[in-house]
Amino acid sequence: MRHIISILLENEAGALSRVAGLFSARAYNIESLTVAPTEDPSLSRMTIVTSGSDDVLEQITKQLNKLVDVVKVVDLSEAAHIERELMLIKVRATGKDREEMKRMADIFRGRIIDVTESTYVIELTGASSKLDAFIEALDHGLILETVRTGVCGIGRGDRILKV
Amino acid sequence: MHITGAEIVIRCLQEEKVEHVFGYPGGAVLHLYDALFQQDQVKHILVRHEQAAVHAADAYSRCSQKVGVALVTSGPGATNAVTGIATAYMDSIPLVIISGQVPTAAIGLDAFQEVDTVGITRPCVKHNFLVKDVRDIADTIKKAFYLARTGRPGPVLVDIPKDISAQSADFEYPKTVQMRSYNPIVKGHLGQIRKAAQLLLEAKRPMIYVGGGVILSDAATKLTALAKRLGFPVTQTLMGLGSFPASDAQNLGMLGMHGTYEANMAMQHCDVLLAVGARFDDRVIGNPGHFSQVPRKIVHIDIDPSSISKRVKVDVPIVGNVPDVLDELVKILDEQDKAGAKADPAVAEWWKTIAEWRARDCMSYKANGPAIMPQSVIQALHQVTGGDAFVTSDVGQHQMWAAQYYKFDKPRRWINSGGLGTMGVGLPYAMGVSFAHPGATVACVTGEASIQMNIQELSTCKQFRLPIKVVNLNNRYLGMVRQWQEMFHGSRYSESYMDSLPDFVKLAEAYGHVGLRVERPEDLMPAMELAFSDKHKNDFVFLDVLTDQTANVFPMIAAGKGLSEMILAEDL
Repeated sequence: MRHIISILLENEAGALSRVAGLFSARAYNIESLTVAPTEDPSLSRMTIVTSGSDDVLEQITKQLNKLVDVVKVVDLSEAAHIERELMLIKVRATGKDREEMKRMADIFRGRIIDVTESTYVIELTGASSKLDAFIEALDHGLILETVRTGVCGIGRGDRILKV
Repeated sequence: MHITGAEIVIRCLQEEKVEHVFGYPGGAVLHLYDALFQQDQVKHILVRHEQAAVHAADAYSRCSQKVGVALVTSGPGATNAVTGIATAYMDSIPLVIISGQVPTAAIGLDAFQEVDTVGITRPCVKHNFLVKDVRDIADTIKKAFYLARTGRPGPVLVDIPKDISAQSADFEYPKTVQMRSYNPIVKGHLGQIRKAAQLLLEAKRPMIYVGGGVILSDAATKLTALAKRLGFPVTQTLMGLGSFPASDAQNLGMLGMHGTYEANMAMQHCDVLLAVGARFDDRVIGNPGHFSQVPRKIVHIDIDPSSISKRVKVDVPIVGNVPDVLDELVKILDEQDKAGAKADPAVAEWWKTIAEWRARDCMSYKANGPAIMPQSVIQALHQVTGGDAFVTSDVGQHQMWAAQYYKFDKPRRWINSGGLGTMGVGLPYAMGVSFAHPGATVACVTGEASIQMNIQELSTCKQFRLPIKVVNLNNRYLGMVRQWQEMFHGSRYSESYMDSLPDFVKLAEAYGHVGLRVERPEDLMPAMELAFSDKHKNDFVFLDVLTDQTANVFPMIAAGKGLSEMILAEDL
């Protein structure tokens, strides 16, 4: 089962490596990891996408809570939440493909944010599955480069992760 | 008043009432050693290898209620300390390790004796710090002691760059610690404790399973009182020995891979299990699938939520400090008592079944030949020391025999490396105990292989005139490796023979100690008595006992097997 874990942690040197080290040392899976400071600069918010059985997830949350730098942990996927990921994708855009690329970007509500004679950079935001679908929809021979931020997520409504 | 960072460190140790620091100097900690030199409140114990410094600090803590402190230099000083830190981490021992680091300006430039100490130790400490500002030293050390001793205890490392220890700042030791991210739970959930009490009273085949957490939280007296009141059988893990008197009739002894037949059978077949400060590890319950085949209700008291339902699903988890939870549990049992609730009479039947298991007499052993049986050495040690010594051990067969045959009636008397299984701890452990309890009887049960892993400490023992008694079970084999090779690898004894051994008697004498050698069973008791006699009261005695080369540790549960699948000596 795929889970999205949100973590509030002290914005200290080495905090990231404590979390990353925990996952590798205990053979937990990381699909993606993003981290950045919050509105309170002493705190960082990290989002980890992982997968595992209920038992493994229980251990992951307990082990994360044990880290001294970790302030709070929630499994976002336990209840209503929103997830988003940003992708920048550079594609070949020449001849008939140029028009096709523009159309595809429009269909997926992407934006072209860099244009040269032969390439576009398309910015696309959404759930990971949407980004996957966009990549699937393109002719792979035309993809020059992709970069994805990894998932960040937030609980819906009154679900608030704060100190 | 401004004082240097190094002076701040020493002042912090004084504030924490630290009496002994185990360490080894080097370039990055010269300022610290200079500050140590100029005071006499904190005594420094110079070891011969940093690993031994951490082991000694570790044992110092295990046998007392204090936080152990070690001091090492950067680079190799820190890497040598890692085995000691990992050993303490696996057994949840509160330590503060202070390491020197290259000057901040040199960090990351591959400076002489530079290593990423915080990075290397991260997976084997409870927490660690790199101090980047002299004004942070006091606060950081305060936090380090607080983290080490609260919650589930563990080692905490503070890495201090050389320039930081040279700079000056005002000193004020913080009185309290506030950490929003660290709030260990002390009190257990009352509803859960009520459920536990109910289960205990309804139990027909109850069992109490006690781990090292009871010793670490100084809950042995409370645990013993609870067990006596309930009248239930008690078993201990390797780390829990001494938490309930071995000589008590309710004690079934140690359980697990080399546990007693009765303890393992009772553990497997009980219907209500009270687990206290233990973690169901692989050496204790063997195969978790096999263990779960028998339905039983499990109550688990532990301060670390991640220890609960890690390998075995439990029914009533209680997160909290063991003595606090036991207090609440006793209160609830008192209420139940007043209401007339009694333990189920079926428990008497359960004791009859246990008596049958006990009748197997799984600890009996026969002599294999004319050589001294290793088990008899531990029995002799127990007899001569009246069962009241501090016993440290290394790792291997001798460790298991010491655990099985030295009957510990008190907590904090049995000092060994349970989780990490670190060969070489025995001698430095005995040193740590000797400093914590001057004048106490300290025996180090070891083997000819383990003792050589930190043999250099004979020199430290000489310097500080430590009256340790080493009991070397010398079978000229890596005994436990040999045993597994015999049982599971077709007797192909790959690299498990210890050839070219030193003459341990002469070696001891070379360091100014007393060396004794015993080769025949009839000489064992007199030699043991001599070693522990008043004549050698103040001497370090190395008792080299040549033991039977083929003796194996029984009972035994093979790796991956279940608790009721023991191999007994009589089966062979």
